[in-house]
Amino acid sequence: MNQIGLISWALIAPLLFGIIILFIKRESEKLIKYISFFGALISFAIFFAIYLKFDKTIGDFQFIEEHVWISALNIKYKVGIDGLSLLLGLLTVFITPIAIFSSFDYIKHKVKEYYILLLFLEVGMLGVFVSLDMFLFYVFWEAMLIPMYFLIGIWGGEQRIYASIKFFIYTMTGSLLMLIAIIWAGIETGKSLQQGFTSDFVEMSKYLPMLDPNVQKLLFLAFALSFAIKVPLFPFHTWLPDAHVQAPTAGSVILAGILLKMGTYGLMRFCLNYFPAATIYFAPYISILAIIGIVYGALVAMVQTDMKKLVAYSSVSHLGFVVLGIFALTPEAMQGAAIQMANHGLSTGALFLLVGFIYERAHTKEIAKYGGIAKIVPFFAFSLLFASLSSIGLPGLNGFIGEFLILLGAFKSNVLSSHWYAILASTGVIFAAVYLLWMYQRVCFGDVKNQELKHLEDLNKKDLISLFFLFVFIVWIGLYPNTFLQISEASIEKLIMTVVK
Amino acid sequence: MSEITINHYLALSSFMFVIGAVGVITRRNAIVVFMCIELMLNAANLALVAFSSFLGDVQGQVFVFFVMTVAAAEAAVGLAIIIAIFRNKQSLNIDELNLFKW
Amino acid sequence: MNDYLFLAIWLPLLGFVFNGIFGSKIKTEKIIGVIASGAVFISFAMFVYAFFQLIEKPVEERSFVVTFFEWIKVGSFRVSFSYLFDQLSLTMALIVTGVGFLIHVYSIGYMHGDKSFWRFFAYLNLFIFMMLNLVMADNFVLMFLGWEGVGLCSYLLIGFWYDRKFEKSTTADAAKKAFIVNRIGDFGFLVGMFLLYYYFGSLNFKDIFGAIGSVEISKDIYTFIGLALFLGAAGKSAQIPLYVWLPDAMAGPTPVSALIHAATMVTAGVYMCARAATIFVLSPIAMTVIAVIGITTAMFAASIGLVQTDIKKVLAYSTISQLGYMFLAIGVGAFASAIFHVMTHAFFKALLFLGAGSVIHAMHEEQNILKYGGLKKYMPTTSKVFLIGSLAIAGFPGFSGFFSKDEILWHSYANGGIIFWVIGVITAALTALYTFRLFTLTFLDKPRFDVSKIHPHESPKVMTMPLIILAFLSIVGGFIGVPEFIFGEGSNKFALWLDPVFEKAKILSFHGHHIEHSHITELILMSIAIIISLSFMYFAYKMYTDKKELAQKIANRYKITYAVLQNKYFVDEMYEAIIVNPIVILSEKFLWKINDVKIIDGFINYLADLVEKISSSVKRMQFGYAQIYAFVILFAVSLSLLFLIINS
Repeated sequence: MNQIGLISWALIAPLLFGIIILFIKRESEKLIKYISFFGALISFAIFFAIYLKFDKTIGDFQFIEEHVWISALNIKYKVGIDGLSLLLGLLTVFITPIAIFSSFDYIKHKVKEYYILLLFLEVGMLGVFVSLDMFLFYVFWEAMLIPMYFLIGIWGGEQRIYASIKFFIYTMTGSLLMLIAIIWAGIETGKSLQQGFTSDFVEMSKYLPMLDPNVQKLLFLAFALSFAIKVPLFPFHTWLPDAHVQAPTAGSVILAGILLKMGTYGLMRFCLNYFPAATIYFAPYISILAIIGIVYGALVAMVQTDMKKLVAYSSVSHLGFVVLGIFALTPEAMQGAAIQMANHGLSTGALFLLVGFIYERAHTKEIAKYGGIAKIVPFFAFSLLFASLSSIGLPGLNGFIGEFLILLGAFKSNVLSSHWYAILASTGVIFAAVYLLWMYQRVCFGDVKNQELKHLEDLNKKDLISLFFLFVFIVWIGLYPNTFLQISEASIEKLIMTVVK
Repeated sequence: MSEITINHYLALSSFMFVIGAVGVITRRNAIVVFMCIELMLNAANLALVAFSSFLGDVQGQVFVFFVMTVAAAEAAVGLAIIIAIFRNKQSLNIDELNLFKW
Repeated sequence: MNDYLFLAIWLPLLGFVFNGIFGSKIKTEKIIGVIASGAVFISFAMFVYAFFQLIEKPVEERSFVVTFFEWIKVGSFRVSFSYLFDQLSLTMALIVTGVGFLIHVYSIGYMHGDKSFWRFFAYLNLFIFMMLNLVMADNFVLMFLGWEGVGLCSYLLIGFWYDRKFEKSTTADAAKKAFIVNRIGDFGFLVGMFLLYYYFGSLNFKDIFGAIGSVEISKDIYTFIGLALFLGAAGKSAQIPLYVWLPDAMAGPTPVSALIHAATMVTAGVYMCARAATIFVLSPIAMTVIAVIGITTAMFAASIGLVQTDIKKVLAYSTISQLGYMFLAIGVGAFASAIFHVMTHAFFKALLFLGAGSVIHAMHEEQNILKYGGLKKYMPTTSKVFLIGSLAIAGFPGFSGFFSKDEILWHSYANGGIIFWVIGVITAALTALYTFRLFTLTFLDKPRFDVSKIHPHESPKVMTMPLIILAFLSIVGGFIGVPEFIFGEGSNKFALWLDPVFEKAKILSFHGHHIEHSHITELILMSIAIIISLSFMYFAYKMYTDKKELAQKIANRYKITYAVLQNKYFVDEMYEAIIVNPIVILSEKFLWKINDVKIIDGFINYLADLVEKISSSVKRMQFGYAQIYAFVILFAVSLSLLFLIINS
């Protein structure tokens, strides 16, 4: 247990490559790009190796690695993965190279810093998903804020400073509450172990559920608030539209694809595990917020004039489904939530890539300035339709699997005592079609109103390759999701048993 | 004539200290402020020596050496800074040295 | 061999992939067309093979399942890409692939010269694939995949010419409307599925239909499930209140209207209700609702079709009306009759639409029938087959439409009540009227267009051959379903073939009481219907040839009715005003601008402002004067010393 395991290598690789880039001259842009891409690929390869060696039949943590860190407080460097973290970790190492690759042609200034930040961001994200020690988790959680802050603040749009500061401080406020909760919880667990303080996940999972229900509720709320801001759950969502609109394309892709999942992951991993009584108590209320998010997000998305903002609000809507799935506490719903986390990363990632591509060419994100470009950029039009259909939840593509399982599970949930939760949430499928198809139609169909668009270039090979990999999985998950459902199955079953008993 | 008790030394020390303190707060010229700081330091020295003598403990006098060394070093550095400031602003009026204002 | 029958469904998908990827590079239209049509034809052949497989088996064993691969497995929830080959699904599959094949061939001629020829055929193949998944699925989830899939294809094909205008808006708008109205129905389908899973623990047909009757579930639950599923059917099959997308769907190329919006996709709802017959019969309320909506839609649509001037619009409303008949049949428990009408309707409606397509092409894209006239001279073949189609739909005795419609009317009387029969006959009269109005104004009398400018000519063989085949089917197609009271026991081969599927439904149904109606009643009712439809056919013929002034006089006399009918009862406008606009305005003005931006975000920004204000006041403590700091230090120290001294 004291050697450096595969997981740590997966964390070290991007860090190492980022540091290597520090020493490269800033003029050798090509070298920088390739090294950063290579570094992300190494991380992917390592994680893929982990996937191959992963035993899908047990729900416990595997590949556990433990080193003493701050012995006085019993804080360790402890990492490990189970089905859920593996799924999300794979998502992270899959999307990051794509984000890096898609930025090659589009980032022109401060190239060196950009790729370094992306790699450091990857370390932070991966770290969140694999941490088994609360303190370590918190460090990684906060660590990913800093590269993101810079990414938005330096390479972003016109109001990037406002957006990045808002993002940073909003998220951090929640995290601080979580820190207090971690400390409190650690002390409580320590009491049971006669140790003063411990932040080990396994220990906390054993002892925290036995706390007094009222204490549980408070701790739950503190944790949940931080995660709710990240998800984002209504009404803590207002940082998202600004952050997304102002962020550079790759930033949005990573933000939507991975960062938002950290919130839902946190809810599943910590809130459900540590505070089952509080979870069951709060489930109906959080589900109501989730449903509001679904419908509200969709309706507000419908009337947006900026493409990126539209996709941003669609994320609020989609993640509402995921949260509903988590708190329905049935196998179908939670598996649906897990797969939908991956799905959303793929679909919305693709949408943001596409919006980014067309923005780089037409220099506007206003829907009103487009129209009829399907003839001019057919590959783009096809890709946008494909990504939209995936987001709408067309059966045969990935989105349907997640949404259907979530709704099916929510309908039969015992924790949510009424069928109406699922029924109201289902209306979201109608609205999703409305806002995406309407946007698609205004952008791609009809006459070419804006003459400047007549010379738009279509997607080039690099863009298509980035999209291709996302699309492959969109279809794979849509037609044969069992490959992916099996990854998280055992762990989720274990989780449900923990909560419902 | 009454005995010279430690109180006399302490009284003298505190007078010197107060004069120095008031000087630091009120005087405008930076060099005068430094002189007053020296005065405060020496008032403390006096008190230390008085106690050392009346209690028979030599530690007080040893400490005076420390204080004097520090005072010297501080005076040297402080005067160097004053000269640098004077070169820039042609004035040693403390009221005008307010770059740390919000 | 049977294990590979899933290829019958998946072959068209290969056609889609091939034409989709390579189609734009293939320069000869023929190759694309042949590949696409070929895929459908091979599917059809495979289904014929499956049909013979079933015939050889005894009646009780006429069904088998072919599984391709497992789709979703979560806990006890399991669905696969599994296909149920039984009498009902095979009938539908044969219709879809058979008529689909003919329409593919026709399209080779119709879409000739279109720069997106390859895309059209790719979409058509995709549609066949999705439709086959829908009718052949052995579970509701796979059926739903096909269900939404055909909705997608409908969207793609309606908006095929995506830069064209259509009436007051665009083809793209029509496509979007279709998809979204369908989606509202899909919401109902989803809720129905959730209810089924909740009560039966599975979404496989075998599990659900097997368990019905043995599981303790109240009638109300069946009503909810039935109504939820019917909402889905109403969306897909254009019944009240979700029919509004179908007339707009005429924006698409005519073969699309023929295939999707006449012969196949719109019948998906009927199929679904037939498949779920055992569920519906356990809820008399749901059945009544279906029957009432069916017959109301039938008459409602027929009345609108009466005054439309666009050839495709007339046919669109005619389709909605005929679909209403099918649901009427479902609602009164005559499931086999509903499917019978699906089949005959596929024949003659596809025929009529394709014929209309030929006319539109010949008249250089003109669709207004007031500008037609006398086309019989220029397009003799098309005219003949169109006449056959019209006779079929109007219920001319001996043609296919007559047998299927009559069966429905009889069952609506026997199981539903006289009121259904009466409205049914009135609608039949209207059907005869608008159909022959259409035929007469288009093909008979004298040309109302400038013959020197427009030279209509007959379509090429690739377009007329499918029409002739469909015409043939429209004539003989009914003979497999002739009424038993005339031709004797066992003569209704179609009903005999399909009835086993509905065996359980019949047993469970509350209509189990079989009132013995006399054959005389049946004969009388049939005769009345025949007389009425024949007279209205003749009346239409006369009115639009010799007595044209009569039409104008009626229009003038009933101005308001005429305006209401022409404007489709203003339903679209009502939906726009009551539902669409309020939602959009609510979302934009209130939810977004006020709530999100001002209230929630405003609160966040307010907090930030608050912090800034506090900082601004506090920062004033940094005076910058070292002396003041020194004073403060001194003061504080003195105070603490004083405090210590006092306390000791």
